[in-house]
Amino acid sequence: MNTPIIRVTDVHKSYGRGPNRFDALKGVTFDINEGESIAIIGKSGSGKSTLMHVLALLDAPTSGTIELEGVETSTLHGKSLNLARNKTFGFVFQQFFLTANATVLENVMLPMKIAGIKRGERKRRALAALEQLEMTDKATNKAINLSGGQKQRSVIARALVNNPRIIFADEPTGNLDTATGAVVEDILFNLNREHGITLIVVTHDEELAARCDRRLYIRDGLLVNDTTEVAA
Amino acid sequence: MKTLDLIGSAASNTFRSKTRTILTILAIFVGAFTLTITNGLGTGINQYIDDTVTSIGAEDVMSVSVTPEAESGIGGTSSGPTEFDPDAVASGGFGPGEGGTVVALTPDDLDTIADIDGVLSVEATKSITPDWIQYGDGTQYVTSVGGLVAGQSVQLAAGAEPDATTDALELNLPVSYVEALGFADADATIGETITIAVTDAERTQHFVDATIVGVAEESIAAPGAGGLVVNSALTDTLYDAQTIGIPADQQDLYAQASIRFDPAATDTEITTLKDNLADAGFTGTTVADQLGTVKTIIDAIVLVLNAFAVIALLAASFGIVNTLFMSVQERTREIGLMKAMGMGSGKVFGLFSLEAVFIGFLGSAIGVGIGMIVGTTISSVLSGALLADLPGLTIIAFDPLSITIIILVVMAIAFLAGTLPAARAAKADPVESLRYE
Repeated sequence: MNTPIIRVTDVHKSYGRGPNRFDALKGVTFDINEGESIAIIGKSGSGKSTLMHVLALLDAPTSGTIELEGVETSTLHGKSLNLARNKTFGFVFQQFFLTANATVLENVMLPMKIAGIKRGERKRRALAALEQLEMTDKATNKAINLSGGQKQRSVIARALVNNPRIIFADEPTGNLDTATGAVVEDILFNLNREHGITLIVVTHDEELAARCDRRLYIRDGLLVNDTTEVAA
Repeated sequence: MKTLDLIGSAASNTFRSKTRTILTILAIFVGAFTLTITNGLGTGINQYIDDTVTSIGAEDVMSVSVTPEAESGIGGTSSGPTEFDPDAVASGGFGPGEGGTVVALTPDDLDTIADIDGVLSVEATKSITPDWIQYGDGTQYVTSVGGLVAGQSVQLAAGAEPDATTDALELNLPVSYVEALGFADADATIGETITIAVTDAERTQHFVDATIVGVAEESIAAPGAGGLVVNSALTDTLYDAQTIGIPADQQDLYAQASIRFDPAATDTEITTLKDNLADAGFTGTTVADQLGTVKTIIDAIVLVLNAFAVIALLAASFGIVNTLFMSVQERTREIGLMKAMGMGSGKVFGLFSLEAVFIGFLGSAIGVGIGMIVGTTISSVLSGALLADLPGLTIIAFDPLSITIIILVVMAIAFLAGTLPAARAAKADPVESLRYE
């Protein structure tokens, strides 16, 4: 078997010190292979968000290791860390995090702006991503004037535009009605299937989780159930 | 992120919250505007003084008088009456002791001065006190007479300067005398003859006819101190007439003398020359020295005014701190997102401090721009009204260097103000920023 895109080995994460110490993750171990779709499921406070942050290199684990494509992530610092974040990950958040007064196009171009890609190239690729999500006609609209579904599609375009290996989706349908949510889900799973982008969904929505290849159940900072292992 | 993109983003971010940004810019505008006007005032007045010094062309001329004894004269250290000095004469020159009593220069003194190292030539300043001047049978007017030291020039309204080399009696008339004496305009005076009356020591009045060759503009440091400017032939004639009846040993006493030195002399050489004169018991003053005092005072006033403007700018810089702190607070999510997308802390710091610098730039550019417009308007209005007597004075002038410095200083202050919020933004933890549970 190939090197997994992410290998998590005995990851602990705690906040605070002494009596206030809170263990969000208490030793989690699993692999994610390229092209998989994974759901991380858990209640509020179960540690699923912390796990996602650690996986997305937004936070460093207190102990244990995370390997990204075979590279120990604790060896990444400064520029190389930023480069890994920029090139490898795309983010889709429940609350969108679009810049309200900027146009959709500007929002979508942000990751490429950070990457230092030239203006013309930025625009071309952003428009291509928007076209893929049928948002071309909204490119010059301000983000604040979009509906929830349009916002989430803009966010997905933004997540896609740097051709990431992994898309993190944190409750991607949490703020959407059922119909729009279903459309957004379809888009995400399409990307996973047709473009081979690894999809990591953090959710407490069982229906959404059911569509994923694998489900990782987290409770009180521990991995309580990995569906692959059950299936195997 | 490319630097150019960073600057562009900073500029467009500045206008996210327009009202807040505009208010901050206004605060900076007030400081920059004040700084521009006060600086312009200093530049304008000093420029005028420089022009004046240059126009009278006396850069290589020094007026020399005998250094008064410490206890002589009013204001001396001794409280007793001043002892009589037979060599004391009334000074009529343009020296600091004008109108007062100074110890006279004797011909021996002139020889001593001529021997001092660095002195090219010595010329006694002949003080002439005319009774009046008259054109034809017109009204008689009181005036003063000043000679033209070689190298000096007159700011002319018409005609030419009096010729120093000719034997003809020539003079320049101040522009204010033109109509009073009965001429139609400045050009009409050229070639006309006026009569100057002087009284000698025996109370006999002498009349000297001289030709008007030009009309001089009046300025604060014009040769002849706003009176007639005469050539050496006329000076000698008037002086001879005036000194009739004075004993021979008194005739050659002068209140002041002009010396010339190398025009290429450096400040150090001039100082050395002054020291040499001081050792010999004389005081040398250049025109630049006298006006230099005025410049120092003006510089000091401008400095005080600038200090007020800087205080206004400091107050405005707290506005920048506040604006950016609010901005950082509002954009926590955006900062977190940018960091999650791989934007380094340095770039985040750069983005926010560039926003501060941009606000500073806008405030200062607008302040300087409007300051220049207002300053130019004020000075053109004033030069036509209140300051009409001082032709050539632009009360508020601007030079590109100080304008650039103002803008740069304001931008630097804005940058410093922006570092605090920018550092907070740079330190923001993406996880904290993106948390919403």
